[in-house]
Amino acid sequence: MTLEVLEGSKAVSDVIGLCKPDVISAYPITPQTHIVENLSEMVADGKLKAEYIRVESEHSAASACLGASLTGARTYTATTSQGLLLMLEVLYNISALRLPVVLTCANRAISSPLNIWCDHQDAITLRDTGWIQLFAEDIQEAVDMHIQAYKIGEDKRVMLPVVISMDGFLLTHTFEPVEVPSEEDVDRFLPKYNPKYFLTTKNPMTFGSFAEPDKYMEARYILNEVLNQSKVVIAEVARDFKDAFGRFGGDLVEEYNTKDADIVLVGMGSIISTMKEVTDELRKRNNRIGVLKIRSFRPFPDKEIVSCLKDKKKVIVVEKAISLGFGSILASEIKSVLYNSGAAPRVDSFIAALGGRDISKETINKIIEKSMTEKVDLEFVDLNRDILPEDFSE
Amino acid sequence: MSDNILASGHTACAGCGEALGIKLILNAAGPNIIVANATGCSEIFSSRYPESAWGIPWVHSLFENTAAVASGIEAALKVLGRESEANVIAQGGDGGMADIGFGALSGMFERGHNILAITLDNEAYMNTGVQRSGLTPLGARTTTSPPGELSWGNITPKKDMPQIAVAHGVSYVATATVAYFKDLEKKIKKALTIKGPKYIQVLVPCPLGWQHDPSLTIRVSKLAVETCIYPLIEIENGKLTNVVKVTSKKPVEEYLKLQGRYKHLFGREGANEHLAKIQAIADENAKRYGLV
Ligand SMILES: Cc1ncc(C[n+]2csc(CCOP(=O)(O)OP(=O)(O)O)c2C)c(N)n1
Ligand code: SF4
Ligand SMILES: [Mg+2]
Repeated sequence: MTLEVLEGSKAVSDVIGLCKPDVISAYPITPQTHIVENLSEMVADGKLKAEYIRVESEHSAASACLGASLTGARTYTATTSQGLLLMLEVLYNISALRLPVVLTCANRAISSPLNIWCDHQDAITLRDTGWIQLFAEDIQEAVDMHIQAYKIGEDKRVMLPVVISMDGFLLTHTFEPVEVPSEEDVDRFLPKYNPKYFLTTKNPMTFGSFAEPDKYMEARYILNEVLNQSKVVIAEVARDFKDAFGRFGGDLVEEYNTKDADIVLVGMGSIISTMKEVTDELRKRNNRIGVLKIRSFRPFPDKEIVSCLKDKKKVIVVEKAISLGFGSILASEIKSVLYNSGAAPRVDSFIAALGGRDISKETINKIIEKSMTEKVDLEFVDLNRDILPEDFSE
Repeated sequence: MSDNILASGHTACAGCGEALGIKLILNAAGPNIIVANATGCSEIFSSRYPESAWGIPWVHSLFENTAAVASGIEAALKVLGRESEANVIAQGGDGGMADIGFGALSGMFERGHNILAITLDNEAYMNTGVQRSGLTPLGARTTTSPPGELSWGNITPKKDMPQIAVAHGVSYVATATVAYFKDLEKKIKKALTIKGPKYIQVLVPCPLGWQHDPSLTIRVSKLAVETCIYPLIEIENGKLTNVVKVTSKKPVEEYLKLQGRYKHLFGREGANEHLAKIQAIADENAKRYGLV
C-alpha cells in the first residue's frame, strides 16, 4: 500500500479519473471547484478520455448528465449548496429514470446569509429524491466511496443515482495521507457500464412518459422498493471492496465500540472522526460509550439503527442541518425507527456547526456532559446569545 | 415506414398545428434521430403511459432542460463512438425553448453542440391553458394578457429568437410553418446536413389557444406568411440566404380576424391604433427581409 498526502479534492478527482466516466458536466461553486478543475486538467492533458461539458448552470449540468447517462454513458458531476438546490428538479427526474449518475456534494450551508462553509443542509434536501446518499467520514472513505458508488448505482438490481457527501473544506480542502488505488485494481473491481435500456436507434424507446393517477403511484412504489432493496447491494459492495482493497468503513452504518456501550453518539460525515477520538479518551476513563456512523442516509438503515441502539441508555445525535419550523432531521428519523422497537432509548438532539462553526473535541465533550445531566430535546450547540437581538437572547 | 415515426392515435386537439408540425419534421428527418422533448402539449399528447406515438428513440425530461439533455446525448454519442448512429434534435414549445429553457438553449448554442434545436411556436403556453410567453405577439389575447377596460391584449412584441440564435453564431437559422410543408421539410433536411448547432422556429397554429376553427389551421398558417407577420427565412453563417417571397402582401386584418385571440381588435373604439401597430410590424418584416 502506498500512501500519498493529497488534498481531498485532488484525491477524489484522481479516483473519478480511475472510474473513467464518459461524460462529465459541472458548474463551478465553492468548495467543489478544485474537483472539477482537476478533472478539466486531466481531460486537457489526455489522461482522461471523457467529454467534458462546461454548462451554463447546475440545472444544465444535471440535465446533461441525465441525457448522457440515458444514452449509455457513465457520467459524473459535482456541486454543493445553491448549485445542488438549483439541480433539485433534475435530480428527482434522474432517479425516477433510473440513471446511475454519480454526484459529489462538497457539503456547504445554504443562503441566506450567504455562507460557503460546511454544514449538511444542502444534501439533506435530497432526502426524498430517490437518490442513494452516502456520507464520507474522511478523505480515504470519500475516495473509496466513489468507486463503490458506481458499482452500487450501476448494479442491475439498483440502477439508481448516488450522491456522495464530503464535508466542504473539512474534507475537500484538507490534506491527509490516502491511498488512491491502482488503475488495474479499479478496472477489475468496476466493470464497464452496460445498461439494458438506453437511447438508440437500434431499439427506439420512449423515456419519460407521463402517467395518470391510475399509474403514477405504482411508479413511485417501485422506486421506493428499489431504493430500499439497494441496501443489500450497498452492503455487498462494501464487503467486496474490503476483499479487493482491504479497507472497510462500514456498510450502511459503521458501529464503533457500540456493543457494550450505554451511550452512543450518532452523526454523519467528518464529525465522526472527532466523535471517535473523544469516545476513545472517555473509554480510557471507563465510560461505556460508542459511536454509530450513518454511512447511508438513503436508503435509511432502519434495521441497523434499531439493532445497534435499542438497548442503550442514551443516544446522542449531533447533526449539521435543521428542519426549520420543526427541529432535528436525523434525530427525528432515528426516533421514528426506534419508536416501535419496544425498547426505545432516550434520544437527545443537538444541532451543531451550521455554516461551518467549528466542532472540536471540547464541543463533543460538552455535548456529552450536557446530555448526561439533562434531557435535551433540541439544543443549538455553541449558540452565541450575546450577538442575538434582545427578543431572542433568552 | 416513415409514416410511423409519429403514430396516429395521439391525443392532440383536432386541427393541432403542433402535431402536424412534428409529423412533418419527423418525416423529413427520417428514423436516424434521437429526440429530446420539452414538457408541453407535444409531450403530453404523444406519451401517455403505456402508449407512445414515437417510433424513434425519444426522451422527455423536464420543461426547461431540453437543450441541456440533448447536449448530454450528443456528447455521449461522440465519446461512445456512436456519432454516425443518429442526429440529435432538441424540441419544445415557445415556452420551453425561448423562455424558461432559454439559458439551456443559449448554452447549447454557444458550446457548439451538433444539435438541431426546434421551437414549436404556437405563441403561448398552451399546455397550461394559453398563458402569455415571450413569443406571444403584440395584441394577442392569452389568459394572462386578457383584453379589458385598460388592456388591448399582450403589450409586447414577439421576442426575436431567430436573431438571438444568429447572435450566438449559430450557422443555420430558419423559420417555417406548417402550410409551407415542402419548405419546412427542405429546411429540416438541410439543417441536418450541417454540423454544429442549428435553430429552426416553426409557427404551429393552435386552434384552442388562437380560437380559430380547427379546419382553418393551414389557412391561418398561410396567412401568417402572406401578411408578413411571420416571415419565412433562412440565415446561414449570419447572412440572409433565402426568404419565402410574398406575391401579394395581404393586410394583417385578414390574418387577425380569423382568430378569436384578436377579437377585441375589431369593432371597439380605439382599435385602429392597435391594428396599425401590428400592421407596422408586418411592414417592417417585409422591408427588413425583402419579402415582397
Ligand atoms: C418548471 C416548470 N414550470 C412550469 C411548468 C408548467 N408547464 C408545463 S407545460 C407549460 C407550458 C408549455 O408551453 P410551451 O412550451 O409553449 O408548449 P405548448 O404547450 O404551447 O406546446 C407550463 C407552463 C412545468 N412543467 N415546469
Ligand atoms: S392546445 Fe393547441 S397545441 Fe395543444 S394539443 Fe390542442 S391544438 Fe395542439
Ligand atoms: Mg407554446
